[in-house]
Amino acid sequence: MSALATQALTLSLGGRRVLDEVTLALAPGRVTALLGPNGAGKSSLLACLAALRRPDSGAAMLGGEDVAALPARERARRIGFLPQQADVHWDVDVRALVTLGRLPWRGRGGAGAADRAAVERALEATATTALAGRPVEQLSGGERARALLARVLAGEPEWLLADEPLASLDPAHQLDVGARLRAVAAAGAGVVLVVHDLNLAARLADAVVLLRAGRVVAAGDTAAVLTPAAIAATYGVAVEVGVTAGGERYIVPMGRA
Amino acid sequence: MSRATLWLLLALLLAAAGSLAAGKVWVPLDAWTSADPRSIIIVELRLPRTILALTVGAALGVAGAAMQGYLRNPLADPGLFGVSSGAALGAVCALFFGYAAQAWLLPLFALAGAAATMALLALIAGRSASLVVFTLAGMVLTSLTGSLTALAISLAPTPFVASEIVTWLMGALTDRSWDDVWLALPLVALGIAVLARTAPALDALTLGETAARSLGVEPRRLQRAIVLGVALTVGATVASAGVIGFVGLMVPHLVRPLARHRPGATLWPSALAGALLVTVADTLVRLVPSASELRLGIAMSLLGAPFFLYLLLRLRRRLA
Repeated sequence: MSALATQALTLSLGGRRVLDEVTLALAPGRVTALLGPNGAGKSSLLACLAALRRPDSGAAMLGGEDVAALPARERARRIGFLPQQADVHWDVDVRALVTLGRLPWRGRGGAGAADRAAVERALEATATTALAGRPVEQLSGGERARALLARVLAGEPEWLLADEPLASLDPAHQLDVGARLRAVAAAGAGVVLVVHDLNLAARLADAVVLLRAGRVVAAGDTAAVLTPAAIAATYGVAVEVGVTAGGERYIVPMGRA
Repeated sequence: MSRATLWLLLALLLAAAGSLAAGKVWVPLDAWTSADPRSIIIVELRLPRTILALTVGAALGVAGAAMQGYLRNPLADPGLFGVSSGAALGAVCALFFGYAAQAWLLPLFALAGAAATMALLALIAGRSASLVVFTLAGMVLTSLTGSLTALAISLAPTPFVASEIVTWLMGALTDRSWDDVWLALPLVALGIAVLARTAPALDALTLGETAARSLGVEPRRLQRAIVLGVALTVGATVASAGVIGFVGLMVPHLVRPLARHRPGATLWPSALAGALLVTVADTLVRLVPSASELRLGIAMSLLGAPFFLYLLLRLRRRLA
């Protein structure tokens, strides 16, 4: 598995500097959370990592190669991307939806045996096998989120980038999908998530990147970085950090810093 | 090949045989090979007409399915980019200026009209691959070419020319010859081949444009392929048969359940079903008892308008 990194990544959108010389190194086999207030550049950074946006200067590098210079098909095989707006435009069934994740691998003749096996693995990993024949429009929000996650997993990418994959889920499904993302990282892939909920980030992520106004405030292991001081510098709020009986950290915003 | 596709193929064979036999003169199919003098009706009139009906139907079906998949809109129609009205304007110019006396000039004018509209569309939409800009540019061109056509009718040098234009605009396959087949068939085949190659990208667009790009789809390349494919199929169709509406709109809806709603898998069944629909309709217009043959374009619209209404009602219920 190759490492994913950025070198002095700078991006302006509509005259506003969204990312300002962002230099990061992300390790595979871990879950990394991108944190920061609204408009900090989290989604833009994720889009640059996936080569969906071309930076003005600097580059996102996958194993030493500029991701923007990779052929589209190879890039699609190595980097899976789950966008925030998870539209499904036609009333396809879940298996057809998940099979779309195999598009970068498919030959001219459509899905082959290897593709079908990968689709079944992805359905199993997200507990959606029983839903495989159901039209996507009939799924609940949680089922839909799992089916869309299965779509990315079916491509078996080296890196999985997801923009707020937990945002619209209830706590049970947040834990559920979170556990599956951790399992993906444990299997060796790199996982990068945009997260809004500090507590979810604290529980889920091995590493966090704190962004503010397009700059990196702090980056590193979750426990070391998610300190009250760093959170105050990023979000402008004072927080109390506690530890549960089980050793899990929780973060409660108390007021503006 | 699925069972439904096989049934479609079988129905298509029957419809083609019916189209060869039916008309003002009923010609049994065994007259074809014998020394029967009616064999000339089959070989010189019914055969090119049937092949053209199959070609035109397949072209409109595929173009409609590709447009709906590309725009992710079940109400999209191959005419939306202005190709068919551009082609029609080209043909109307040929009639207006009297070039249509040479039978082969009219389709060439129509093809030139289609190509010019596509060039304008590419110019207006520019380097942006935005669907909104693109669709609006197509609508502007449709309305512009439509009003130029109306202008040509109102300024027609003689009432005869005006009536010729109006009749031609209504689309028909009456009295088509092998020349029309040789003009339309290669262009349509090329266009269908171009559109068929977009199937995986159309499937990917099910997930929206961002996810499709992350799956390796290149939007500008896809857009070029769609425009080229639609221009070839629809341009050749209008050049040889005039404007035949609603086929491209209706057919993808009819076959979508067969393809489990996957836009890419809808393309080939749409070709078959489009060919079937136009062939059957063109056989029926010959059998309607009337002084002059019912125009195919009118028959399709009569069939299409209620279908469109049905679609809207169903959509309304789903959105309610």
